Amino acid sequence: MEGESHKANQNNEIEKLIIIGGGPAAYTAAIYGIRSGLNPLIFAGYEHGGQLLLTTYVEDFPSYPSILGPDLMKKMEDHVVKLGGRIVYKDVEKVDLSSYPFKVSCEGKDYFSYSLIIATGAKPRWLGLPNEQRLIGKGVSNCAVCDGFFFKGKKVAVVGGGDTAMEDASYLANLASEVYLIHRRDTFRAVEYRQEKVKSNPKIKIIYNSVVTDVLGNEKVEGIKIKNLITGEEKDLEVQGLFVAIGHDPNTALFKGQLEMDNNGYIITTEFTKTSKEGVFAAGDVVDKKYRQAIVAAGWGAMAALDAREYLSNKKLN
Amino acid sequence: MAKDLNKESFDQAISKSKVSIVDFWAEWCMPCRMLEPVMEELEKELKGKIDFYRVNVDENPELAARFGIESIPTLFIFKEGKPVDEIIGFRQKRELESLISQYI
Repeated sequence: MEGESHKANQNNEIEKLIIIGGGPAAYTAAIYGIRSGLNPLIFAGYEHGGQLLLTTYVEDFPSYPSILGPDLMKKMEDHVVKLGGRIVYKDVEKVDLSSYPFKVSCEGKDYFSYSLIIATGAKPRWLGLPNEQRLIGKGVSNCAVCDGFFFKGKKVAVVGGGDTAMEDASYLANLASEVYLIHRRDTFRAVEYRQEKVKSNPKIKIIYNSVVTDVLGNEKVEGIKIKNLITGEEKDLEVQGLFVAIGHDPNTALFKGQLEMDNNGYIITTEFTKTSKEGVFAAGDVVDKKYRQAIVAAGWGAMAALDAREYLSNKKLN
Repeated sequence: MAKDLNKESFDQAISKSKVSIVDFWAEWCMPCRMLEPVMEELEKELKGKIDFYRVNVDENPELAARFGIESIPTLFIFKEGKPVDEIIGFRQKRELESLISQYI
Protein backbone atom coordinates (compact mmCIF):
# COMPACT_ATOMS: atom_id res chain seq x y z
CA MET A 1 0.00 0.00 0.00
CA GLU A 2 1.51 3.26 -1.18
CA GLY A 3 0.32 5.47 1.69
CA GLU A 4 2.31 3.45 4.17
CA SER A 5 5.66 3.59 2.41
CA HIS A 6 6.90 6.78 4.01
CA LYS A 7 8.61 6.90 7.32
CA ALA A 8 8.60 10.32 8.90
CA ASN A 9 11.49 11.32 11.07
CA GLN A 10 11.19 10.03 14.60
CA ASN A 11 10.07 12.34 17.40
CA ASN A 12 9.04 15.20 15.11
CA GLU A 13 12.62 15.79 14.13
CA ILE A 14 12.99 18.82 11.88
CA GLU A 15 13.48 17.94 8.22
CA LYS A 16 16.26 19.51 6.19
CA LEU A 17 14.17 19.62 3.05
CA ILE A 18 10.51 19.11 2.26
CA ILE A 19 9.48 18.91 -1.39
CA ILE A 20 5.85 19.50 -2.32
CA GLY A 21 4.77 18.09 -5.66
CA GLY A 22 4.56 14.86 -7.62
CA GLY A 23 5.67 15.67 -11.16
CA PRO A 24 9.03 15.81 -12.98
CA ALA A 25 10.23 18.90 -11.06
CA ALA A 26 9.48 17.39 -7.65
CA TYR A 27 10.94 13.96 -8.43
CA THR A 28 14.11 15.40 -9.94
CA ALA A 29 14.48 17.71 -6.92
CA ALA A 30 14.07 14.59 -4.77
CA ILE A 31 16.81 12.71 -6.64
CA TYR A 32 19.24 15.63 -6.29
CA GLY A 33 18.17 16.23 -2.70
CA ILE A 34 18.73 12.61 -1.71
CA ARG A 35 22.13 12.47 -3.41
CA SER A 36 23.10 15.70 -1.63
CA GLY A 37 22.43 13.95 1.66
CA LEU A 38 19.42 16.07 2.57
CA ASN A 39 17.10 13.06 3.00
CA PRO A 40 14.08 15.05 1.75
CA LEU A 41 10.48 14.26 2.61
CA ILE A 42 8.37 14.42 -0.55
CA PHE A 43 4.66 15.22 -0.45
CA ALA A 44 3.63 13.94 -3.86
CA GLY A 45 -0.11 14.20 -3.19
CA TYR A 46 -2.96 11.97 -4.27
CA GLU A 47 -2.50 13.29 -7.80
CA HIS A 48 1.13 12.20 -7.88
CA GLY A 49 2.45 11.86 -11.40
CA GLY A 50 1.18 15.26 -12.41
CA GLN A 51 0.06 16.40 -15.82
CA LEU A 52 1.98 13.67 -17.65
CA LEU A 53 -0.65 11.23 -16.43
CA LEU A 54 -3.13 12.91 -18.72
CA THR A 55 -1.01 12.42 -21.81
CA THR A 56 -0.26 9.53 -24.12
CA TYR A 57 3.11 9.35 -25.82
CA VAL A 58 5.96 11.67 -24.83
CA GLU A 59 8.46 11.81 -27.66
CA ASP A 60 10.73 14.66 -26.63
CA PHE A 61 12.21 13.45 -23.35
CA PRO A 62 15.89 12.56 -23.97
CA SER A 63 16.73 8.86 -23.76
CA TYR A 64 13.10 7.91 -24.48
CA PRO A 65 12.29 8.27 -28.21
CA SER A 66 8.71 7.35 -27.32
CA ILE A 67 7.28 6.64 -23.89
CA LEU A 68 3.82 6.86 -22.35
CA GLY A 69 3.52 9.87 -20.00
CA PRO A 70 2.34 7.70 -17.07
CA ASP A 71 5.22 5.24 -17.66
CA LEU A 72 7.75 8.07 -17.65
CA MET A 73 6.40 9.29 -14.30
CA LYS A 74 6.46 5.76 -12.88
CA LYS A 75 10.13 5.51 -13.86
CA MET A 76 10.93 8.81 -12.13
CA GLU A 77 9.06 7.72 -9.03
CA ASP A 78 10.85 4.34 -9.02
CA HIS A 79 14.16 6.18 -9.30
CA VAL A 80 13.33 8.22 -6.19
CA VAL A 81 12.17 5.14 -4.30
CA LYS A 82 15.28 3.20 -5.33
CA LEU A 83 17.45 5.92 -3.82
CA GLY A 84 15.49 5.56 -0.59
CA GLY A 85 13.24 8.58 -1.07
CA ARG A 86 10.44 9.04 1.44
CA ILE A 87 7.27 9.80 -0.56
CA VAL A 88 3.94 10.68 1.03
CA TYR A 89 1.03 10.18 -1.38
CA LYS A 90 -1.26 12.59 0.41
CA ASP A 91 -2.19 16.23 -0.07
CA VAL A 92 -0.62 19.06 1.85
CA GLU A 93 -3.40 21.17 3.31
CA LYS A 94 -1.54 24.09 4.77
CA VAL A 95 1.88 25.64 4.58
CA ASP A 96 3.02 28.21 7.12
CA LEU A 97 6.04 30.22 6.03
CA SER A 98 5.68 32.86 8.75
CA SER A 99 7.64 30.88 11.33
CA TYR A 100 10.93 29.03 11.02
CA PRO A 101 11.41 26.14 10.53
CA PHE A 102 8.57 26.18 8.00
CA LYS A 103 5.45 24.22 8.86
CA VAL A 104 3.68 21.87 6.45
CA SER A 105 0.36 20.32 7.50
CA CYS A 106 -1.01 17.14 5.99
CA GLU A 107 -4.10 15.29 7.19
CA GLY A 108 -3.92 16.49 10.75
CA LYS A 109 -0.16 16.15 11.16
CA ASP A 110 2.43 18.92 11.20
CA TYR A 111 5.87 18.58 9.66
CA PHE A 112 8.74 21.05 10.06
CA SER A 113 11.57 21.80 7.67
CA TYR A 114 14.54 24.15 7.31
CA SER A 115 13.99 24.43 3.57
CA LEU A 116 11.18 23.92 1.11
CA ILE A 117 10.88 23.23 -2.59
CA ILE A 118 7.55 24.03 -4.19
CA ALA A 119 6.91 21.98 -7.32
CA THR A 120 3.14 21.75 -7.28
CA GLY A 121 2.76 22.20 -11.02
CA ALA A 122 -0.26 23.46 -12.90
CA LYS A 123 -3.76 22.36 -13.70
CA PRO A 124 -5.70 22.67 -16.96
CA ARG A 125 -7.70 25.85 -17.47
CA TRP A 126 -11.38 25.97 -18.41
CA LEU A 127 -13.01 28.49 -20.73
CA GLY A 128 -15.11 29.76 -17.82
CA LEU A 129 -18.49 29.62 -19.57
CA PRO A 130 -21.46 28.77 -17.28
CA ASN A 131 -22.76 26.05 -19.61
CA GLU A 132 -19.27 24.61 -19.96
CA GLN A 133 -19.01 24.21 -16.19
CA ARG A 134 -22.51 22.72 -16.01
CA LEU A 135 -21.69 20.09 -18.64
CA ILE A 136 -18.29 18.92 -17.37
CA GLY A 137 -18.41 15.14 -17.58
CA LYS A 138 -21.45 15.37 -19.83
CA GLY A 139 -19.49 15.97 -22.98
CA VAL A 140 -17.16 18.69 -21.70
CA SER A 141 -13.72 17.40 -20.77
CA ASN A 142 -10.11 18.47 -20.34
CA CYS A 143 -8.68 14.98 -20.66
CA ALA A 144 -8.87 13.48 -24.13
CA VAL A 145 -7.09 10.27 -23.15
CA CYS A 146 -9.52 9.75 -20.25
CA ASP A 147 -12.77 10.55 -21.97
CA GLY A 148 -12.11 10.04 -25.70
CA PHE A 149 -13.39 6.47 -25.27
CA PHE A 150 -16.95 7.76 -24.85
CA PHE A 151 -16.90 9.57 -28.18
CA LYS A 152 -16.29 6.72 -30.59
CA GLY A 153 -17.92 7.59 -33.90
CA LYS A 154 -19.18 10.94 -32.60
CA LYS A 155 -18.28 14.51 -33.54
CA VAL A 156 -16.09 16.43 -31.13
CA ALA A 157 -14.38 19.81 -30.88
CA VAL A 158 -11.02 20.65 -29.36
CA VAL A 159 -10.27 24.24 -28.30
CA GLY A 160 -6.71 25.52 -28.12
CA GLY A 161 -3.56 26.06 -30.12
CA GLY A 162 -0.77 24.59 -28.02
CA ASP A 163 0.85 21.18 -27.74
CA THR A 164 -1.97 19.74 -25.65
CA ALA A 165 -4.62 20.81 -28.15
CA MET A 166 -2.67 19.20 -31.04
CA GLU A 167 -2.12 15.97 -29.12
CA ASP A 168 -5.75 15.86 -28.06
CA ALA A 169 -7.00 16.46 -31.63
CA SER A 170 -4.71 13.74 -33.03
CA TYR A 171 -5.71 11.28 -30.32
CA LEU A 172 -9.43 11.97 -30.72
CA ALA A 173 -9.21 11.62 -34.52
CA ASN A 174 -8.58 7.90 -33.93
CA LEU A 175 -11.91 7.58 -32.16
CA ALA A 176 -14.30 10.30 -33.26
CA SER A 177 -15.94 10.57 -36.67
CA GLU A 178 -14.87 14.19 -37.01
CA VAL A 179 -12.73 16.56 -34.97
CA TYR A 180 -13.02 20.35 -35.13
CA LEU A 181 -9.95 22.15 -33.84
CA ILE A 182 -10.89 25.67 -32.82
CA HIS A 183 -8.21 28.29 -32.22
CA ARG A 184 -8.51 31.99 -31.57
CA ARG A 185 -5.51 32.92 -33.74
CA ASP A 186 -4.40 31.98 -37.25
CA THR A 187 -1.21 30.26 -36.11
CA PHE A 188 -0.56 27.55 -33.53
CA ARG A 189 1.79 27.74 -30.58
CA ALA A 190 2.53 24.00 -30.67
CA VAL A 191 5.81 22.56 -31.96
CA GLU A 192 5.96 21.94 -35.71
CA TYR A 193 5.75 18.18 -35.81
CA ARG A 194 2.58 18.18 -33.72
CA GLN A 195 1.06 20.85 -35.98
CA GLU A 196 1.92 18.80 -39.06
CA LYS A 197 0.27 15.72 -37.60
CA VAL A 198 -2.94 17.70 -37.14
CA LYS A 199 -2.86 19.50 -40.47
CA SER A 200 -2.31 16.31 -42.43
CA ASN A 201 -5.09 14.38 -40.69
CA PRO A 202 -8.17 14.33 -42.94
CA LYS A 203 -10.49 13.83 -39.96
CA ILE A 204 -9.40 17.09 -38.30
CA LYS A 205 -11.02 20.30 -39.49
CA ILE A 206 -9.22 23.41 -38.30
CA ILE A 207 -11.23 26.54 -37.56
CA TYR A 208 -8.91 29.52 -37.10
CA ASN A 209 -9.58 32.95 -35.57
CA SER A 210 -12.55 31.64 -33.63
CA VAL A 211 -13.63 31.29 -30.03
CA VAL A 212 -16.24 29.16 -28.30
CA THR A 213 -18.90 31.46 -26.85
CA ASP A 214 -21.38 28.91 -25.51
CA VAL A 215 -21.93 25.21 -24.99
CA LEU A 216 -25.34 23.91 -26.07
CA GLY A 217 -27.41 21.08 -24.65
CA ASN A 218 -29.53 20.32 -21.60
CA GLU A 219 -28.40 16.99 -20.20
CA LYS A 220 -25.46 16.49 -22.53
CA VAL A 221 -23.41 18.49 -24.97
CA GLU A 222 -25.29 18.78 -28.25
CA GLY A 223 -23.27 21.53 -29.82
CA ILE A 224 -21.21 24.67 -29.36
CA LYS A 225 -21.55 28.26 -30.44
CA ILE A 226 -18.45 29.69 -32.08
CA LYS A 227 -17.62 33.22 -33.12
CA ASN A 228 -15.20 34.27 -35.83
CA LEU A 229 -13.12 37.08 -34.32
CA ILE A 230 -12.41 38.70 -37.69
CA THR A 231 -15.86 38.68 -39.32
CA GLY A 232 -17.83 38.66 -36.06
CA GLU A 233 -19.96 35.90 -37.54
CA GLU A 234 -21.48 33.44 -35.06
CA LYS A 235 -22.58 29.91 -35.81
CA ASP A 236 -23.52 26.66 -34.13
CA LEU A 237 -21.48 23.50 -34.55
CA GLU A 238 -23.10 20.17 -33.87
CA VAL A 239 -20.73 18.18 -31.60
CA GLN A 240 -21.24 15.72 -28.77
CA GLY A 241 -17.94 16.44 -27.07
CA LEU A 242 -15.90 19.54 -26.25
CA PHE A 243 -12.29 19.11 -25.17
CA VAL A 244 -10.77 22.20 -23.61
CA ALA A 245 -6.99 22.56 -24.01
CA ILE A 246 -6.37 26.27 -23.66
CA GLY A 247 -3.53 26.25 -21.16
CA HIS A 248 -2.87 25.89 -17.49
CA ASP A 249 -3.01 27.70 -14.17
CA PRO A 250 -0.35 27.18 -11.49
CA ASN A 251 -1.30 25.29 -8.31
CA THR A 252 -0.25 28.00 -5.88
CA ALA A 253 -3.34 28.55 -3.70
CA LEU A 254 -1.46 27.14 -0.67
CA PHE A 255 1.07 29.95 -0.87
CA LYS A 256 -1.20 32.92 -1.54
CA GLY A 257 -0.20 35.91 0.56
CA GLN A 258 2.98 34.14 1.67
CA LEU A 259 5.08 34.34 -1.49
CA GLU A 260 5.34 36.91 -4.25
CA MET A 261 3.33 35.89 -7.28
CA ASP A 262 2.38 37.50 -10.56
CA ASN A 263 -1.20 38.32 -11.57
CA ASN A 264 -1.74 34.81 -12.87
CA GLY A 265 -0.56 33.15 -9.66
CA TYR A 266 2.88 32.07 -10.90
CA ILE A 267 5.52 32.22 -8.18
CA ILE A 268 8.09 34.91 -8.84
CA THR A 269 11.69 33.78 -8.42
CA THR A 270 15.05 35.52 -8.53
CA GLU A 271 18.43 33.90 -9.22
CA PHE A 272 16.56 31.01 -10.87
CA THR A 273 14.70 29.19 -8.07
CA LYS A 274 14.72 31.53 -5.06
CA THR A 275 11.27 32.76 -4.02
CA SER A 276 10.58 35.92 -2.06
CA LYS A 277 11.02 33.88 1.15
CA GLU A 278 14.55 32.84 2.02
CA GLY A 279 14.83 29.07 2.22
CA VAL A 280 11.82 28.49 -0.03
CA PHE A 281 12.54 27.48 -3.61
CA ALA A 282 10.19 26.93 -6.54
CA ALA A 283 10.57 24.70 -9.59
CA GLY A 284 8.68 23.64 -12.70
CA ASP A 285 5.28 24.80 -13.91
CA VAL A 286 4.57 26.88 -10.78
CA VAL A 287 7.27 29.23 -12.06
CA ASP A 288 7.46 28.46 -15.75
CA LYS A 289 4.71 30.02 -17.81
CA LYS A 290 6.64 29.77 -21.03
CA TYR A 291 8.17 26.36 -21.76
CA ARG A 292 6.03 23.91 -19.74
CA GLN A 293 7.94 20.81 -20.75
CA ALA A 294 8.66 17.74 -18.65
CA ILE A 295 12.39 18.06 -19.32
CA VAL A 296 12.40 21.76 -18.39
CA ALA A 297 10.50 21.03 -15.16
CA ALA A 298 13.03 18.30 -14.36
CA GLY A 299 15.85 20.79 -14.90
CA TRP A 300 14.19 23.27 -12.56
CA GLY A 301 13.90 20.52 -9.96
CA ALA A 302 17.62 19.83 -10.09
CA MET A 303 18.38 23.55 -9.77
CA ALA A 304 16.04 23.98 -6.80
CA ALA A 305 17.61 21.06 -4.94
CA LEU A 306 21.12 22.37 -5.55
CA ASP A 307 20.01 25.82 -4.38
CA ALA A 308 18.44 24.31 -1.26
CA ARG A 309 21.67 22.44 -0.57
CA GLU A 310 23.67 25.65 -0.91
CA TYR A 311 21.27 27.52 1.37
CA LEU A 312 21.41 24.82 4.05
CA SER A 313 25.16 24.59 3.85
CA ASN A 314 25.52 28.38 4.25
CA LYS A 315 23.32 28.14 7.33
CA LYS A 316 25.31 25.12 8.53
CA LEU A 317 22.10 23.08 8.56
CA ASN A 318 23.16 20.42 6.08
CA MET B 1 -11.79 -3.82 -1.62
CA ALA B 2 -14.80 -2.52 -3.52
CA LYS B 3 -16.88 -5.22 -5.19
CA ASP B 4 -16.91 -5.31 -8.98
CA LEU B 5 -20.37 -5.18 -10.49
CA ASN B 6 -21.59 -6.06 -13.97
CA LYS B 7 -24.93 -5.69 -15.70
CA GLU B 8 -26.21 -8.95 -14.17
CA SER B 9 -25.26 -8.15 -10.57
CA PHE B 10 -25.73 -4.38 -10.57
CA ASP B 11 -29.41 -3.85 -9.73
CA GLN B 12 -29.59 -6.46 -7.03
CA ALA B 13 -26.47 -5.17 -5.26
CA ILE B 14 -27.55 -1.54 -5.39
CA SER B 15 -31.09 -2.21 -4.15
CA LYS B 16 -29.79 -4.31 -1.25
CA SER B 17 -27.53 -1.51 0.02
CA LYS B 18 -28.92 1.27 2.17
CA VAL B 19 -26.31 3.66 0.83
CA SER B 20 -23.81 2.74 -1.84
CA ILE B 21 -21.19 4.38 -3.98
CA VAL B 22 -20.27 3.10 -7.43
CA ASP B 23 -16.95 4.01 -9.01
CA PHE B 24 -17.11 3.90 -12.84
CA TRP B 25 -13.56 3.39 -14.03
CA ALA B 26 -11.24 1.82 -16.61
CA GLU B 27 -7.76 0.35 -16.62
CA TRP B 28 -6.36 3.00 -19.01
CA CYS B 29 -7.78 5.98 -17.13
CA MET B 30 -5.01 7.53 -15.04
CA PRO B 31 -7.21 9.77 -12.88
CA CYS B 32 -9.25 6.62 -12.08
CA ARG B 33 -6.10 4.95 -10.85
CA MET B 34 -5.18 8.03 -8.82
CA LEU B 35 -8.61 7.82 -7.22
CA GLU B 36 -8.12 4.17 -6.28
CA PRO B 37 -6.06 4.68 -3.08
CA VAL B 38 -8.39 7.51 -2.03
CA MET B 39 -11.41 5.22 -2.39
CA GLU B 40 -9.64 2.42 -0.54
CA GLU B 41 -9.01 4.71 2.41
CA LEU B 42 -12.57 6.01 2.38
CA GLU B 43 -13.86 2.45 2.28
CA LYS B 44 -11.86 1.59 5.40
CA GLU B 45 -13.10 4.72 7.19
CA LEU B 46 -16.74 4.33 6.22
CA LYS B 47 -16.99 0.58 6.67
CA GLY B 48 -20.51 -0.51 7.60
CA LYS B 49 -22.01 2.87 6.71
CA ILE B 50 -21.78 2.72 2.95
CA ASP B 51 -21.13 -0.06 0.44
CA PHE B 52 -18.40 0.45 -2.14
CA TYR B 53 -18.76 -0.93 -5.67
CA ARG B 54 -16.91 -0.55 -8.95
CA VAL B 55 -17.96 -0.81 -12.58
CA ASN B 56 -15.38 -1.27 -15.32
CA VAL B 57 -16.78 0.74 -18.25
CA ASP B 58 -14.75 -1.23 -20.81
CA GLU B 59 -16.43 -4.45 -19.75
CA ASN B 60 -19.81 -2.86 -19.05
CA PRO B 61 -20.56 -0.22 -21.68
CA GLU B 62 -24.32 -0.81 -21.15
CA LEU B 63 -24.09 0.33 -17.53
CA ALA B 64 -22.01 3.36 -18.48
CA ALA B 65 -24.58 4.29 -21.13
CA ARG B 66 -27.50 3.70 -18.75
CA PHE B 67 -26.12 6.29 -16.33
CA GLY B 68 -25.10 8.71 -19.08
CA ILE B 69 -21.42 8.51 -18.24
CA GLU B 70 -19.16 10.42 -20.62
CA SER B 71 -16.20 10.96 -18.36
CA ILE B 72 -14.37 8.82 -15.86
CA PRO B 73 -13.82 8.55 -13.03
CA THR B 74 -17.46 9.16 -12.16
CA LEU B 75 -18.84 8.23 -8.76
CA PHE B 76 -22.56 7.55 -8.37
CA ILE B 77 -24.13 7.59 -4.92
CA PHE B 78 -27.27 5.50 -4.44
CA LYS B 79 -29.69 5.58 -1.54
CA GLU B 80 -32.00 2.57 -1.32
CA GLY B 81 -31.31 1.81 -4.95
CA LYS B 82 -31.96 5.31 -6.26
CA PRO B 83 -29.22 7.59 -7.61
CA VAL B 84 -28.94 10.67 -5.40
CA ASP B 85 -25.67 12.22 -6.50
CA GLU B 86 -22.99 12.07 -9.14
CA ILE B 87 -19.39 13.17 -8.66
CA ILE B 88 -17.38 13.58 -11.84
CA GLY B 89 -13.60 13.60 -12.02
CA PHE B 90 -10.79 13.16 -9.51
CA ARG B 91 -11.43 14.74 -6.12
CA GLN B 92 -9.33 15.16 -3.02
CA LYS B 93 -10.07 12.88 -0.10
CA ARG B 94 -11.38 15.65 2.16
CA GLU B 95 -13.77 16.85 -0.53
CA LEU B 96 -15.10 13.35 -1.15
CA GLU B 97 -15.54 12.77 2.57
CA SER B 98 -17.78 15.80 2.91
CA LEU B 99 -19.71 15.05 -0.30
CA ILE B 100 -20.38 11.46 0.73
CA SER B 101 -21.08 12.12 4.41
CA GLN B 102 -24.26 14.06 3.66
CA TYR B 103 -25.89 10.80 2.54
CA ILE B 104 -24.98 8.70 5.58
